[in-house]
Parts: sequence; C-alpha cells; structure tokens
Amino acid sequence: MNDLDALESQSIYILREAFNRLDKIAMLWSIGKDSNVMLWLARKAFFGHVPFPVLHVDTKHKIPEMIEFRDRVAKEWNLPLIVGENTEALAAGMGPHNGRVECCTALKTEGLKALLASHGFTGVIAGIRRDEEGTRAKERVFSPRNQSAEWDFKDQPPEFWDQFKTDFAPGTHLRIHPLLAWSELDVWRYIERENIPMVDLYFAKNGRRYRSLGCAPCTGSVASTASTVAEIIEELETTKISERSGRAQDKESEDAFERLRAGGYM
Amino acid sequence: MSNTATALKMSPEVSVPHNASPMKIVVVGHVDHGKSTLVGRILNETDALPEGKVEYLKEVCDKRGMPFEWAFVMDALQAERDQGITIDTAQIRFRTEARPYVIIDAPGHKEFLKNMVSGAASAEAAVLVIDAHEGVQEQSRRHGYLLHLLGLRQIAVAVNKMDLVDFSETRFEEVKAEIVAYLNSIGVEPTYVIPVAARSGANIAANAAETPWYKGPSVLGALDRFEPAKPATDLALRFPVQDVYKFDERRIIAGRIESGRLKVGDTLVFSPSGKMAKIATIETWGNSLASVSAGAGQSVGITLDEQIFVERGNVASLEHHVPHQSHDLKARVFWLGRGPLKVGSRYKLKLATAEHVVEVTKIERVIDVEDLANHQGTEVARNAVAEVVFRGKSPIAHDSFVDNPRLGRFVLVEGYDIVGGGVIAETPTDEARNRSTHVTEVPHKVDAETRSIANGHRGGVVWLTGLSGAGKSTIAMEAERQLFLKGWQVTVLDGDNVRTGLCGDLGFSDADRAENIRRVGEVAHLFAEAGMVVVTSFISPFRTDREKVRAINPDAFHEVHVATSLDECERRDPKGLYKKARAGEISYFTGVSSAYEAPALPELALVTEGKSVDESVADLLRYIENSFSLSAREQANGWGL
Ligand SMILES: Nc1nc2c(ncn2[C@@H]2O[C@H](COP(=O)(O)OP(=O)(O)OP(=O)(O)O)[C@@H](O)[C@H]2O)c(=O)[nH]1
Ligand SMILES: [Mg+2]
Repeated sequence: MNDLDALESQSIYILREAFNRLDKIAMLWSIGKDSNVMLWLARKAFFGHVPFPVLHVDTKHKIPEMIEFRDRVAKEWNLPLIVGENTEALAAGMGPHNGRVECCTALKTEGLKALLASHGFTGVIAGIRRDEEGTRAKERVFSPRNQSAEWDFKDQPPEFWDQFKTDFAPGTHLRIHPLLAWSELDVWRYIERENIPMVDLYFAKNGRRYRSLGCAPCTGSVASTASTVAEIIEELETTKISERSGRAQDKESEDAFERLRAGGYM
Repeated sequence: MSNTATALKMSPEVSVPHNASPMKIVVVGHVDHGKSTLVGRILNETDALPEGKVEYLKEVCDKRGMPFEWAFVMDALQAERDQGITIDTAQIRFRTEARPYVIIDAPGHKEFLKNMVSGAASAEAAVLVIDAHEGVQEQSRRHGYLLHLLGLRQIAVAVNKMDLVDFSETRFEEVKAEIVAYLNSIGVEPTYVIPVAARSGANIAANAAETPWYKGPSVLGALDRFEPAKPATDLALRFPVQDVYKFDERRIIAGRIESGRLKVGDTLVFSPSGKMAKIATIETWGNSLASVSAGAGQSVGITLDEQIFVERGNVASLEHHVPHQSHDLKARVFWLGRGPLKVGSRYKLKLATAEHVVEVTKIERVIDVEDLANHQGTEVARNAVAEVVFRGKSPIAHDSFVDNPRLGRFVLVEGYDIVGGGVIAETPTDEARNRSTHVTEVPHKVDAETRSIANGHRGGVVWLTGLSGAGKSTIAMEAERQLFLKGWQVTVLDGDNVRTGLCGDLGFSDADRAENIRRVGEVAHLFAEAGMVVVTSFISPFRTDREKVRAINPDAFHEVHVATSLDECERRDPKGLYKKARAGEISYFTGVSSAYEAPALPELALVTEGKSVDESVADLLRYIENSFSLSAREQANGWGL
C-alpha cells in the first residue's frame, strides 16, 4: 500500500463507521476540492452509492462557477442534495461589510445549524484537514458539538486505536472528519490518480488561480501558472505559501478563526 | 540561535519519494520540559513552516509582550498561549531527506493525559523530552510507561534545556543514567539519548558546537534511524466485520483487514459463531482494478458463496488460525475516567468493531508507574495503570496484544465517554477459576439464540439462597415440576444431592463450602448455556462466593433470596438441625455458629412467612416467566436472524 492507498482506506473506514454508528448523518459539500474528494471516497466506501444527504449551505456570496459545478455534478452523480441558507440573515442583508467573522457565523455556522436542526441530523461529515490551520491540527476524527453546536476544544474526548466517540447525549451532535490526516498535496495527488472533477477556478488563468474556495468577497486568488492538476502538484511540492493565505476571515485577529470554530464553524 | 548555520536545510531539489506513508512520531514528557518548543524548532529546521509564519508568531509574542516562543507553532489555541501550556495533541507533517513524517506534539500536564494517549497511540516511535535542569519527573516516567504499554518500542530521549546547565556533560550523564535505568526496568532500551537546547536549536538538526563531548546523532538524525513499523500483513488474517450492505443485489460484507491477507476462494471462519463460507468476490467501485486479494490496512468489501448470517462485530479469520474466544479477559488497563474503575462495575468494551458488556471481576494489581511497585486494590484511580480481569456477557473474540495488537486491545466506554484502554494479557488463569493456561474455548455451532428459539425461553441460573429450613428445596422442586409441565427445559441442583457425587470429596470448612459453591456455579452455568433454566437450592451463606458465581455470566444469573427469618426457620426446624446446633452437636451451622450474609440486592426476595408453599412458588414462577420467556417479537422473527 502506498500513502494514498493508506489514506483512502482510513477515510473509507471512518465513513463506514459514521454510517453504521449514527442514526442520521449528512455530508457537507462546500464544492471545494476537499469535499469533492470526500464525496468520491463516499462513493467508493458504499460501492457507488451515497447513502446519506449531501448538504450545501449556500451563503449567496459563492462564486457563480461553484454553483454551476454543484448542480451539474449533483445531477450526474445522482446525489441526494439538500441546499440550505440562513434566509433571515440574507434578507437582513448580511455580508462581509458587517464584519467577516460575523458574516461567516451568520451565513455558514447559523445556516448549517438551522439545516441540522430542521432535519434532526446527529452527525455531519466535514472535509477539514489538520494541515489547514492550528486549531484544525488539534481536531478529533469524531468531534462532539454541544446543544448549541459549540466545540469544547479544551476538553476533547480521548480518541485512539480508531475507536471513535459514537455515544453522545441527545441534542448534541458529532462532526466527522474523514480527511483530517490528508495534506493539500495528498488531495491533489489523489485527484490526479482518481481523475476527480474539479471546478475550473482552481486552474490558473492569466497568471492567477484559487487555492481555497470560499465566498467571493473573502477569497482571493493567488499568483500561479499552474493550469493542470499535474502543474498544481508541482507547484505545491515547492511552495511555502500557506493554503488559506487567500482567506480573509482567518486574519481578522489572532484568535478570529478559533472563535469561529468554537462557535460551530467547520 | 547558535547553530542555524550548520542546520540541515532542505532544498526544493531534494526529491523525497512521494508514495511512502509518513512515519508517525510522538513527542512526550513532563509539563514544560520543552516538547512543543522542540517540535516548533524541528519544523523550522526542516523548512516545513509556511512563509511568514515565524514573522507572524514574532508579532503575536511582541503583542503579548513576551520573548519569542517556538512552542506557539503548535500551541495554536489562545488558552494554550495564555497559559504557556499545551492542552491538546496536535499533528503536523514535515520531511527530512530520508522520509516524510507526521510529528505529534503531546501535552505534558497530568490533567491532559487522555490527550497525550490520543496522540501517542498512533505513533510508531517517540521522543521523550526531559528538562536537564529539573531532571526526570512524574510524567516523564508515566509517559515512558504508557508508551511501552501502547506497544511502542522505539524511544529516543532528548535531554532539553542544556543551556540552563551550561551544557554540562556531568549533568547530562546524571539525567541520562536516571531515565535509562527507568526505561530499562520496563523493558525499553532508548535508541539514543541526546543533549539538546530546543529553544536555540542545539543538536536538533546538526551537532552543536556547545556539546563537543557528544558523539551521537542530532534529533533529526535519531528520527531518521527509527525503523519503520513492520507491516501487519505477516500476521494471521483478522477481518472484523464493520457492516453488511445491501444497496443492490449484492450482499457486501464491509470492513478493514486489520492483519494478514485474504483472497478470493479462501474459506473464512466467523467468530464467535464459527460459521464458515468462501470468499466469492472482492468488490470494488470506480476505476479501481478488480482484485483477487487484499491485505492488512485495506478497507474492502467481499461477497460470500453462501448466505450465512454475519453481522458487525464478527471477526473473520482463516481455519486453524482463529482468534481466542472466551468470556474472560485479563488486560493491562490505563484508566482515564473521572471516577475510578471498580470491581463489580460494568462497562461497554469495544474491541475492533465488536461491542461487549463486561463486568470487572478482579483487580489483580494496581501498578505504581513511579517505582513499578504493585498494590492491591478494589479501585483504579484516574490516570492509573492496573491489571484487571473482565468477564463478558458473551464470548469475546480476541488475541493477546503480543500476538496481534490489532485484536489485542480495546477501549472501555462508560455512559457517553471513552474512559480507558487496555491491552490483553492472556485468557485469565485466575487460580479460583482456571488453573489450565492456554485453554481456548471452542465455539459452539448451536448458539444461545437458536437454543432459546427452539425452547421458547432463554437459559439461566435461578440461584436460591437462604437459611437452612427457609424452604429453598421445597420451592425449587415444586417450581421445577410446574415449569416441566408447561414444557420448559428445567432442572434443580440441590445441596444434599450434589454432596453425594460432584462434591463428595468436600467437607464443611469455609474453604470446602466455597469450593462446593464454585463447582455448583460452574455446573449450573453449563446447564444454562445448554438452554435450560437451572434452579439451585444451596444455603450459600457467603456473599463473595455467590458473586463469583454471578461473575461467570452476570446476565444469566438471577439471585433469589428465600428470606425466611432465623426465628421462623428455627421454629420450623424440619430436620432437627437447629436443635442439634444449639446443643453444640454441629459446628459451623449457618445462623447459629456461622454467619449468613444476606444478599444486598437480590433479583427477587421471597417472603415465605404468612404464605403457603404454593403462593411462594407462584411468586417465583411469575419472576421466572417474566425473565426467561421470549417476547412475541423475538419468537416471531427469531431474534432478527
Ligand atoms: N532555557 C531553555 N528554555 C527552553 C528550552 N526549550 C524550551 N524552553 C522553554 O520552556 C518553556 C516550556 O516549553 P514548551 O515547549 O511549551 O514545553 P512543553 O513540554 O511543550 O509543555 P507542555 O506541552 O505544556 O507539557 C517555554 O517557556 C520554552 O521557551 C531550552 O532549550 N532552553
Ligand atoms: Mg507543549
């Protein structure tokens, strides 16, 4: 087994645990590279089926190509897609001008919470990775969230020998992170190996590309000439620029991202 | 930063093979001894930090009005930075010219031992950090002990903060001698003991000018000399069933191969049922090539040539290489629960994909990890290590940890939480229960469910206890008669009757009474396993003896106190025994010259005074029918089989 085989097997094991142990699970699909890979892994784990809903929390600030991609792939792969949004906040005109952290909290975290509550999901599968940033480096694979969807990062449950926390109090839920051990480079090498479709925004045009996809106002492109998966891999093997360097909401203050995540952000 | 000039810097041209899995290294040790600093420094020395990270952290430290902290690379939480302490394990990748790594930074504070274990359990090798000035401390030893318990054998020691002791070789040798002696006493030979100053980078990536007397490798050099873990493909096949899918016409048995290999055409034996079937196909999806074999670490799905009943928790193996199967497990346990682990407590034990309800039957010894002394005890406190015997409600398929770690380890769950972990020593050789070592229970091919469906009721032990003359035998025999007439599989084991055969060699000393009860208990449980309801009628005056019988199979044991008072028994005195005892003609007579310990919490108490025999029998029968009958649903769908 090479490293990608090992990562793939481990992620499939995690997905199957979540599906077996939890009553009502769903997978978050941000349409970015990680969640596309995760969706692909689910189809492998369940032999071509995706036996749970795929959730997209629409902030209405996404880049239009992302929504086009979502609808096309959902149809092609016959995905049980559920799209949710924080209607109230959107009606009140919520946007990054209200503060980036505030905007993320309202449109993503609160949007997600509403979606979970209305369907009674007890587990949400999210494609975060340890190498993205410091608080995610400390995450568990099965990570409990309290009644208000908050993350108690100061008192996480023990998790070892692939025995995950699958017992939890009513009203609380679990976040399941099958890609926690993957690096950005692993993700792209796997995309190349499996030929997984990706939204075009990742590939360089006129000397710029996106490394991480979020909402249009808060996600910047980076200078790059990598216009194919192979070129992206080559670029990542040597780059020292961090992946989320284009993400504005991480940089508001030292603890901006920690506060976001403690509140229930992915 | 004394030696960045000589530090090894990775140049982008160096091509490290991209398809080797990273080696996982954990950094452990006492609080504040410099683990996170060492990790931050390793990442810096190997050029693993993104551009601007160090500058950013400098800003963060400036704003906080403190000198630069390398530990902040890993200690990303505000609470960690505020308190200068690691709370939770973090993992990060880096690579040297030799290979890629995942480095796991563990917290040193005692409060966060659960987080240390969460990090350390997946590592292949470890660096134990010890402050040269403070020397070996409590958590240095505890972490060392736990690493060994978790199965890690490769440990390098970094004696840190050498700058605080002026890079003194004498002090280094002192600390080295102390930790090496401790590690040796638990059977670990550290690969290297390295003097370092993590903060300034001395001996991290290259040998430092400050320690000319040190001839060994730097920390990175020591990492590169660790041996990669042996693949589990060489061990016997263990394929725990994770789930069974019927998304389409295929019935796919899904799981991860924990050890060994399997291939199409192999005959699999499923524990605990012992059912067998051949692998028909290994299923794949997408562009993966159809495969005819798979090995340890792979998550696969297979189909069988025969539609036998298989469910999550079963373990598939190859004939003649099946795992052990027994109700009892003896294990070395590390306890992480807030409250203590206690004899008599029940937990959920998760081993691979199986879940078992177990009861703690014995704490053989509590191990003081400081001096490795053994203590007796009935409790194991938080963060302590002990040897514990568990008894499962159903037989547990397992291996000993040394034979096959994947099936030789488990976690314990109490309520919603994982509260401990254990590595399996062996099938217990508890002198009271079993002198024969290396006994492996052979699985029955008729299981309890099948028997109970055929009989219309479950098997079990109804253990009557009470004073001589309380009415145990009378009630037992009448209950037997009535159940038999209803078509039940039922029998009675009675005191005087077994004394002539099974226990003919025993007298009435305390030891002989205990052995008498032990034998009857074992026999009763065998009958119960055969699907029968066994009513026993023994005075069985001692609580501990009865508890041992319960422990053989707690779920099948029903204690019934025939609670006739001593006065009433003495008044009845059907055999004239009380009179003789009072006259001193019988010694050790229960209630007169020997104690009767009434059950504290019997499943049923029969008050016979003021009642006819028939009324008492009716009370007992009501209880038996409620507890042993199958529900209509169970009968209808054959326990969902
Ligand atoms: N003088 C000196 N101080 C050091 C050295 N290495 C680390 N320190 C300091 O020791 C303190 C503790 O370091 P950490 O790296 O946070 O210790 P730790 O072992 O990770 O602590 P926990 O994770 O909380 O157990 C910090 O203030 C460091 O700057 C060293 O080589 N020399
Ligand atoms: Mg630390």
